[in-house]
Amino acid sequence: MADFLQILITAIAVGSLYALIALGYTMVYGILKFINFAHSDIFVLGAWTSLTASVCVITWLKLDTQQPPLWLAPVVLLCAMVVCGGVAFLVERLAYKPLRKSARLNVLITAIGVSLLLQNVGQLPGFTAAEKDGRSLATVPFGPSPSRMPSLLPDTSLISVPFPSGDPTIPAASVQVNLVDVFIFVSAMVLMFGLQHLVYRTKLGAAMRAVSFNTETASLMGVPVDRVMSFTFVTGAVLAAAAGFLYALKYPGLNQPAHEIWVLLGLKAFVAAVVGGIGNVRGAVLGGFLIALIEFMGMYLFSKYLDPLMGTNMGTNLRDVYVFSVLIVVLLVKPSGLLGTPVREKV
Amino acid sequence: MPEAANILELRDISVKYGAIRAINNVSFSVKRGEILTLIGCNGAGKTTTLRAISSMVRVSGDVTFNGSSTAGERPETLVRRGLCHCPEGRGIFANMSVEENLSLGAFTRNDRDAIESDRQRVFTLFPRIKERLKQNAGTLSGGEQQMLAIGRALLSRPQLLLLDEPSLGLAPQLVQTIFRIIREINQQGVSILLVEQNAHMALQVAHTAVVLETGGVAMQGPASDLARSDAVRKAYLGH
Repeated sequence: MADFLQILITAIAVGSLYALIALGYTMVYGILKFINFAHSDIFVLGAWTSLTASVCVITWLKLDTQQPPLWLAPVVLLCAMVVCGGVAFLVERLAYKPLRKSARLNVLITAIGVSLLLQNVGQLPGFTAAEKDGRSLATVPFGPSPSRMPSLLPDTSLISVPFPSGDPTIPAASVQVNLVDVFIFVSAMVLMFGLQHLVYRTKLGAAMRAVSFNTETASLMGVPVDRVMSFTFVTGAVLAAAAGFLYALKYPGLNQPAHEIWVLLGLKAFVAAVVGGIGNVRGAVLGGFLIALIEFMGMYLFSKYLDPLMGTNMGTNLRDVYVFSVLIVVLLVKPSGLLGTPVREKV
Repeated sequence: MPEAANILELRDISVKYGAIRAINNVSFSVKRGEILTLIGCNGAGKTTTLRAISSMVRVSGDVTFNGSSTAGERPETLVRRGLCHCPEGRGIFANMSVEENLSLGAFTRNDRDAIESDRQRVFTLFPRIKERLKQNAGTLSGGEQQMLAIGRALLSRPQLLLLDEPSLGLAPQLVQTIFRIIREINQQGVSILLVEQNAHMALQVAHTAVVLETGGVAMQGPASDLARSDAVRKAYLGH
């Protein structure tokens, strides 16, 4: 029971990350009608920018590495959002905007190109910033080797529920709700509700939905289509940056930017968007949590019940299989995704 | 800026789709305050002419709206200048509520009080719209969608309204209503360029008519004269 709940908590935290990334995929698809394959690289950039920003700020201000002040986390988050938003703005302006009127396939291939570009730029070696008197100030950790994110949040558990095992020979287990998990969940929720408000309650959001439904008619209403598209793109990237930051908090050992683990993470978020119904904001959130639940519950249940039966030890290794099986099932049974209902229009 | 007598002037405009010339050297002008109807068969170039006016297609020749050229403008900037295009097939945002559709019509405006009074004006013209405010626009009937499309267009406070086949697919009774409302809107001071296949109704409501044939202007003049002309009667009125 205790381990089940513990895994559930992790699944919810990771699910919020999937949901944040999936939102970017789904928004860009909804408005620009293409899958932005470079989206997961923006997420990676978010994680790495967070790392760079926190290391730089800590060294410049000579902060305590073990227990940095609490204000550092929001500052670093803001840095990641600004950097990723800026990069996304440039990517959109330079790579996608010139292709607005060309075939979808061209944009799709360009997106793959942008993804490769970002991955490989991420491999460039880090640099050392020097102070005036020649002393090295900070080595900016950016580049081909894995690195470690300083812990910005105290490693405390907020709630600890003991579960007596009922057997005196087995020590009592307990369920820990860690600060980092709560922080991830709450931040993700705030961002998602913010987005929900933006899309469904503001004039700009109405314009976004109008562009998504019919670009041409939206322009006849006076909606500045190009600007709405850029804005949507940047918003998606900012959410991915936040996800990258939160990911780095939870899993501080950051792999190099082109590592396959990042690609897989991005792919899973993409699966979440498709499962929820691509183009649907609420669907992306639902898909994100669902995918994480299935991934973690799959690992838990398989290792607990099937592995002992078959004498194997592969429950954890199959984690990607659970996710992509869901994708296959959804594509077979309800290709428009869980919340994606084809809109019927009377003529 | 002095008010030009003609709200819209087209001088030798041509539009090409690839190698095909959709319209060729079309010239006519819409006088301020009038209803001009553009009639013609399928493929005569009526919709293309409207798309050329609102800068949705690349056009050669001069389009002058309200005294200045539309060259280099985009549809969204023309809306701000007072030109509103109600597209063929109504262009309703079916996934949004009627209310949201209406507020998108006022997208370019920030004057809340004036928008509200314009909304009330739309509700007097179309009481049905008011009843359906919270409903999804995709669930409206064809006639209601057309009313919504026109109401939404009015919320941009246009000086010139381009209407593309507002009677398409509507029951005869509804067609009557729509045309009555078009006249009302015009009497409130909006110039209207009306594209229609229903030449009979269009010639009744319009002041001036232009007949398009295979991409060029075949005839133009006062609507009542054209309604009496033998050529028009044979080709478009069926008697």
